[in-house]
Amino acid sequence: MIYLDNAATTMKKPQCVIDAVVSAMTTFGNASRGAHESALTTSRVIYQARKKVATFFNCPKSEQVAFTCNSTEALNIAIFGALREGDHVITTELEHNSVLRPLFRMASEKGIRIDFVKADRNGSVRCEDFYALFRPDTRAVVCTHASNLTGNRLDIARIGALCDKRGALLIVDASQTAGATPIDMEAMKISILCFTGHKSMMAPQGTGGICIRGDIDVRPFKTGGTGVQSFLRTQPEEYPTRLEAGTLNGHGIAGLSAAVDYLNEVGVSAVEEKETGLMRRFYEAVVSVPKVKIYGDYSGNPRSPIVALNIGTLDSAIVADELATSYGIATRAGAHCAPLMHKALGTEEQGAVRFSFGWFNTESEVDEAARAVREIAQSIE
Amino acid sequence: MRKKEYFLIIAFHSTHDAMAFEETCHDRGAEGRLIPLPKEISAGCGLAWCAQPDAEESLTGILAQAGIIPQEKRVCLV
Repeated sequence: MIYLDNAATTMKKPQCVIDAVVSAMTTFGNASRGAHESALTTSRVIYQARKKVATFFNCPKSEQVAFTCNSTEALNIAIFGALREGDHVITTELEHNSVLRPLFRMASEKGIRIDFVKADRNGSVRCEDFYALFRPDTRAVVCTHASNLTGNRLDIARIGALCDKRGALLIVDASQTAGATPIDMEAMKISILCFTGHKSMMAPQGTGGICIRGDIDVRPFKTGGTGVQSFLRTQPEEYPTRLEAGTLNGHGIAGLSAAVDYLNEVGVSAVEEKETGLMRRFYEAVVSVPKVKIYGDYSGNPRSPIVALNIGTLDSAIVADELATSYGIATRAGAHCAPLMHKALGTEEQGAVRFSFGWFNTESEVDEAARAVREIAQSIE
Repeated sequence: MRKKEYFLIIAFHSTHDAMAFEETCHDRGAEGRLIPLPKEISAGCGLAWCAQPDAEESLTGILAQAGIIPQEKRVCLV
């Protein structure tokens, strides 16, 4: 199989990640629950993982990195925990439902008011449009770092500088960029970074986290056992404990820790260069094919390694199924949990076929995928 | 069952602080180890650093250097 669904999850993981998980599954006790060696071993691995993640994203305080099971959980913690009743929030039409649904729920239950930065027909947003939406009571900008549909990337550093100037929080969904491009929370003025481990970071599913820069009161999304302060009726105040009720995914976090080591070894910039190269190779090979329509900004702005397209008026689901069954190529069809992005692109009905490239893909796989697209396009009336 | 003795016990606000302190102590060759939080310090659960009472000065210095504010630090019979 040629796996080109890396924006959903990276299927192939580095061997060191697999080894770390296997080792953890035979040696780990429960972190923060007891002082026997197997519990301490787990606590130490999680502590080191926290430090590595903090360094990886330049989050100033490692204790303000809390582990979650994915970006969605991190975003829920950030949105429900940092926003307050009646706040004004700016977001974009590029967002995934992991941002949209928590915001819509906050609007419905807590009366927050949301303004959207509009996307054009290429799925791009202009930084100037963020400026225009700011109000005196704007509490936060909540936005993705890159569209999971088009791959278009936002200029987070510029948005961060604006938020910093206006005294607003910047909450970033880094699902499509963590591990795929360098992220520096300090330099980009990111207040809260939400990431997942199982995509470009090449860690196990069920890993991710929320990184908090500075003195931000994020109320716990869930409460429960922490292994400390057991007679306290409320969740302990200290980070990261306040955001980590319940047993952590220690096995997965061991894999995440190894994945960060791996990324540091190969270099995130090297990952970005390779993945971008594969994406560009595929784009160049299919952009001129008759009946193929590609969505997104390819003018030279930084982008994530995604190419979304349609072939004629074919249902994207039919195309993805043909790619899977006749060519052994895994892609993702449909709406990609990005309803506003599809509306902006005019693809609500047809959806789109998303090809997303990863560190372990090869040029020959890209060429094979391009050949398949050409053949399908040629086969229709 | 060993007999009770006097030890210096340092309790922490979080497991993260306990891990950070352990790492710093190991880096500096300081003595002691993590134990379950004794009830003499606090009821409940958590981790505490247990060391000989005469290590108080050096461990207090390590706490300060590591930027860790302990929940409690005292000599007690455990």
